[in-house]
Formats: sequence, C-alpha cells, structure tokens
Amino acid sequence: MNPAFSVIFLTTLIGAGQGLVLGLFVVEARVAAELLAAPSAMLYVAGCGVALLLLAAGLLASFFHLGHPERAWRAAAMWRTSWLSREVIVLPAFMAAAAVYGWAHWQGVPGTLWIGGLAAALCLALFLCTAMIYACIRFLQEWATPLTLVNFTLIGCASGVLLLTALAAALDEPLVEAVGTWAMLLTAAALIGRTAALWRNARLKPRSTLQTAIGVKHPRIVQKAQGFMGGSFNTREFFHGRGPGTLRAVKWLFIVAGFVLPLLLLAGGLAVSSPLLLWLAVLLQFGGLTAERWFFFAQANHPQNLYYQAVS
Amino acid sequence: MTQLALVIDLNVCVGCHACVTSCKEWNTSGEAGFMSDDKPYDRDPTGTFFNRVQTFEVGEFPNTQTVHFPKSCLHCEDPPCVPVCPTGASYKRPEDGIVLVDYDKCIGCKYCSWACPYGVRELDEHQKVMKKCTLCVDRITDTKLPEAERKPACVLACPTSARLYGDIHDEESVVSKAIREAAGYTLMPEWGTQPANHYLPRRKTEMRIHEDELERADNPLKIDGRKPKPGLRDPSLDDVTSW
Repeated sequence: MNPAFSVIFLTTLIGAGQGLVLGLFVVEARVAAELLAAPSAMLYVAGCGVALLLLAAGLLASFFHLGHPERAWRAAAMWRTSWLSREVIVLPAFMAAAAVYGWAHWQGVPGTLWIGGLAAALCLALFLCTAMIYACIRFLQEWATPLTLVNFTLIGCASGVLLLTALAAALDEPLVEAVGTWAMLLTAAALIGRTAALWRNARLKPRSTLQTAIGVKHPRIVQKAQGFMGGSFNTREFFHGRGPGTLRAVKWLFIVAGFVLPLLLLAGGLAVSSPLLLWLAVLLQFGGLTAERWFFFAQANHPQNLYYQAVS
Repeated sequence: MTQLALVIDLNVCVGCHACVTSCKEWNTSGEAGFMSDDKPYDRDPTGTFFNRVQTFEVGEFPNTQTVHFPKSCLHCEDPPCVPVCPTGASYKRPEDGIVLVDYDKCIGCKYCSWACPYGVRELDEHQKVMKKCTLCVDRITDTKLPEAERKPACVLACPTSARLYGDIHDEESVVSKAIREAAGYTLMPEWGTQPANHYLPRRKTEMRIHEDELERADNPLKIDGRKPKPGLRDPSLDDVTSW
C-alpha cells in the first residue's frame, strides 16, 4: 500500500492518547487497591488534557484522508458491518469519556474510578475497532492476523504510558518509578509483538498469483501492457514506489528509534531521575512509531498490484 | 434472484480497447457526472476508467499466447467492498445484483478500494468519490431504449462479441450457457468473493481428422476419376457412373 500520512498520524496519535488514559485508569485502580501512593489530581487532569489533545489531533488528521470531509458524519451509519464505522462512533465516545474523567478529577467529583473504567472500556474497544479496520481485509495477508490487534494495542499502550511517565516526572509525582516500569515492560512487549509480526510477514506466501488473477494456469505469464501509459488510481494508491532497500532501512529505523532507544532512555531517565531523558524518549518514540506505521502500510502487498506490473 | 453479469471470452477478445472507450464515452456523458481526466494530451495523463484491457503473454517463445484481458468490476455475489463502507454508499442492489456507489453518500475514504482484491474501484480525483463499473445501470434499465440496446455500452461496442451480458442465475440465459459449455471461470477464487463476471478460457482450435476421413468411405472399389455418363433415362449409381 501507499502509506497516507493522515492515517499514520491518526493511528499513532490516538494510540498514544488511548494508552495515556488507560495508564491513568490503572494508576487509579491500583491506588484504590492501596498498591500505589495516590498522585495529585493534577496528574489526571493533565493526563486527560494531553490525551484529548492527541486524540483531537488524530481525528483532525483523519479528515485529511477524506475526499468529502463535510460528509464525515455519514460514516457512523454502517456500524453493523464496518469496523471503520464502529471506529467513527467509538472515537468521539472515548474522547467524551476521557474529557469527563479529567473534569471529574479536576472538580473532585466522587466515583472517578467508575468514569475511568468506562473510559478504559471504550479505550480497549477503540483499539479493537482501529486494528480490525486493517486485520479484517483477508487478502491483505500482512494485516490479516491477530498480531495486528495485539500490536496496535501494545504500541498504543507503550507510547501512552511512556508519555504518562514523562508527565508524572514533569509534575514531580512520586509514582514515576512505578509507571516508568510499566512503560518499560509495555515497550518490551510491543517490541516482541512487532518482531513476531515481522517474522510472520517475512514468511508469508501470497495466496493470489498472476495465474489466479487472470485464470490462466501456466507457470510463465508476463504482463505486456496494463492498459494505459500514464498513472492511475491503481498505480498510485496501492504501491509506495520505493525499493526494498528503503523498506529495510525504515524497518531498522523503527526498531531502534521506536523501541530500543526509548527503552534505554527510559531506563536511564528513571535511574538518574531526569525528566529531560524521559521527554527525549517520548519524542524519539513518536518519530520511531510514525516510521513503524509507515512500514505497516508499505509492507502490505495488495493483490491488485498483480494487474499492474508493466506499463507496456 | 437475478444476478446480472458480463462473461468475457478471452478466446475472442482481440484487445482493441473499444470496450474501454465506449465505456468512458457513455459513462462520462451520463447523469452521474463526468469521469475526470487530467493532462489527457500531456506527458503524464491520468483519469478515471471503469474498464481496462490488459495484455499478458503466456508461455515461452516460440510457444506463446497473447492474452488480452479486459478487467472491470466483477459484481461479486459476496462483495468484500460493500460491508466495509462506513456510510452505506457502497451497496449491492438486491433486485439485480449490481454493485453500485451512491456518489452523494460517498465520503471518499478509499477503504472500499483497499477491500477489493481486483483493483476495480477508482477515486475520481476531482469529484473525490469512489467510482466503478455500474454495468451501465442507466442503459440497461432505460425502457425508452429498444430492447436490443438495453445492454452495457462495452457489450454493444465489442466488434468480436467477446462480451456477453445477462443473468447468470437464469440457467437458460446466454451467459449461463456460455459459462456451462465453454468452461467459464472466475478470478481469484481463493478469496471467496464469488465474482458474478466470468471469463471464458483460451481454446486451441484443432482440426480433428480421423483416419477413415482421409479415405472416401463410399468408394470401396477405390476407383477414382470419371466414370461413364449414364444415359438420360438410365438410373445413376454411385461408384459406377458420373454426372
């Protein structure tokens, strides 16, 4: 596929926002269970505020993907069949829940844990919807795996909880250490999940071939003309137009910048309790995860490309 | 139930692109609006098309076959592009099985084009909605046209009659007979989309001559050449007389 930056920013930004709110809820749940010292209400308010900013930015980015953004409201119609439609419904609902969660902490309203629980449930539903948009297309074999769902969730949680760690450090909260450990565990888990997906996809055997595409059972078929000399939607939308070298470079870039270096910076930042290192980790990871999402799209090989192998 | 479809005979298609141009001509002039073109006479032309003819070479020289392969929406019986549409703009008509896009509802998110393994949906770069073959739905349902012209433009344009049109659920239709009798097949059956459009394979035309056909079976005496002409009133007799 040809990666679209609107969708890359949508999925990475809302993933981080979701992980942040989920992290806040886990903090509150553990505080309620007296496993963690209570942070100030400011952490929840700031966390929800930052999460809302990320979610709003992601939502804004998604509009750039549409040919008719003014009709976007129609996208809520087909929630019975379409994961995209479900995402369109769950995303604003989650944003509303996150806003109420932050507001409740700000105003000191009782029952914040229940609001947080609702937000967390919507957060998980949103991870499911976003990932299933890609995982449900059965012939995009690189995406059609439960690993897509696992990785969208783990990567979102890792980036969100790392951001929560940096926020907690900036606010001088006592729970930096604990949240930072979660962030490290989540980043490591995300790295394992992503590596598993890379391993799986490197061994994929395409089910569609030129033989099944045109229905001629001969081992040697060569395309001589695709029907037109210039470009078309088919040649623009489904291929990134870069060589395998670029793909390899981006792969190593996201493994290092998205997972390994943030992990090291996080460990260092926690060891010397330096918020600067933590914020550096956040920024580096955001760049790395943008590359990760670019690679996610670029790696998917659409079977329609079989029909567009030669201009003439 | 009705499922309208095209059956394309690859044995007959000569790759003249008449179906491509007639499709564009008919559908760019219709009520649904133009199919945009950019730089049609410039270096990098691009535009919206519902139908394309591609060419493949099968085999190795000198034993090669050139296969001209027209490709348009296959109007799948289980279309993967329809359930993914978030607005319901993409739909399959229950009455005749045509897969259509409601241009007034489409938000141009391109998700349906991702969900089509055949690459037959195109985003119009100016109207910003998804477009695809409609099976000339405005032609085939137009009762003002004579019955014989209520067919897709590509079918009417094809000079070799390589394109057949009809209801594949009616087993007596011309398309059902062609699929049944000429081994019609579907594209990428591995994804279970059940395309309505079928293709008829290339067939090698061979003369089948049996040994006894090389000899005149009605000449047991092996007498060739002219025989004596019988008299005007005499009966004629094979192998004995000539006219």
